[in-house]
Amino acid sequence: MNCIIIDDEATARMIITQLCTHAPSLNVLEEFPNAMQAIKYLNQNKVDLIFLDIHMPDFTGFDFIETLKNPPKIILTTSDPNFAIQAFEYDCIVDYLVKPITQERFLKAIDKAEAKQETAIKPESKSQNVETTSGNDLYVNIDRRLIKIDIPSIYLVEAKGDYIQVKTEDKNYTVHSTLKKIEEKLPDSLFLKVHRSYIINIKKIIDIEDNSVLIKKDVIPVSRSNRPELMKRLNLL
Amino acid sequence: MEQPNQSYINSLSGGDEAFKQKLIDVIKSEYPEEKEVYFNNYNAQNYKLAADNVHKLKHKISILGLEKGYEVAVAYENNLIDGSIDQKEQFEAILDSITNYLKTL
Repeated sequence: MNCIIIDDEATARMIITQLCTHAPSLNVLEEFPNAMQAIKYLNQNKVDLIFLDIHMPDFTGFDFIETLKNPPKIILTTSDPNFAIQAFEYDCIVDYLVKPITQERFLKAIDKAEAKQETAIKPESKSQNVETTSGNDLYVNIDRRLIKIDIPSIYLVEAKGDYIQVKTEDKNYTVHSTLKKIEEKLPDSLFLKVHRSYIINIKKIIDIEDNSVLIKKDVIPVSRSNRPELMKRLNLL
Repeated sequence: MEQPNQSYINSLSGGDEAFKQKLIDVIKSEYPEEKEVYFNNYNAQNYKLAADNVHKLKHKISILGLEKGYEVAVAYENNLIDGSIDQKEQFEAILDSITNYLKTL
């Protein structure tokens, strides 16, 4: 499950990140010190699970949940057990962890989240993947909709656990698929795998350093074994 | 009076010394700021804001294994919300003990 952590306290974010390392199914994508930054991130990225602190300045955890159209699963983290009743008024909240969080209690919460995830995914296990290409277009299946992506507009594909993130000029798409699968769908003339987690559009490169390329604002590592192929593909003076 | 300890941090780190030290460093960096904000709000008689600060400090108190201290903080936070400063001295004594403890780490 791809997850993010929202907590204004750095200590709390660090503890949750550490607890996540003991749950192999979890992939921590990002952590945020406030809800606003997380909302911006969620506008462009899909996550399966959010660890959310309730008590934050300006914007409480509950305010945050209210802003989400289709909230993912949420595990609340708080120093205050008094919000438990309010918490379970939200279907998206799978558990409620009171700080300091023990590993045993944390893993129980993850079990609950996984159980909910399986129920949600089973009927639509084929609903999020790279489907097909047609000329310059690539169709990805997101939430039972085939969404067309203009292939030349893709500048980066990044592997993120069980998902790939397809970045285009206009929008980013998080798709349940693998880098290998999308690599087969992309034309070799434009795209190159430069690292086990990254495929880049070589036409979009801004500059190259020894072991990295700059594409838009992303600095992408280039593995030593892939560098010769990259250099071969460039129109070097 | 109970003393701060690392039993929670040790159980969390599972022997990962690098993580343990990093967590202690983050606590040492966050704690003085949180404490200062609390005192500023308390001295300005912004008790509701001071209660928020106590709420946040409560987590550090619990991380450092101060179970009784945590109960004091819970009670003091509620008192501040109600506009009362009961348990101020006990709470601030806990802050002092944490300050002294962090200096030894």
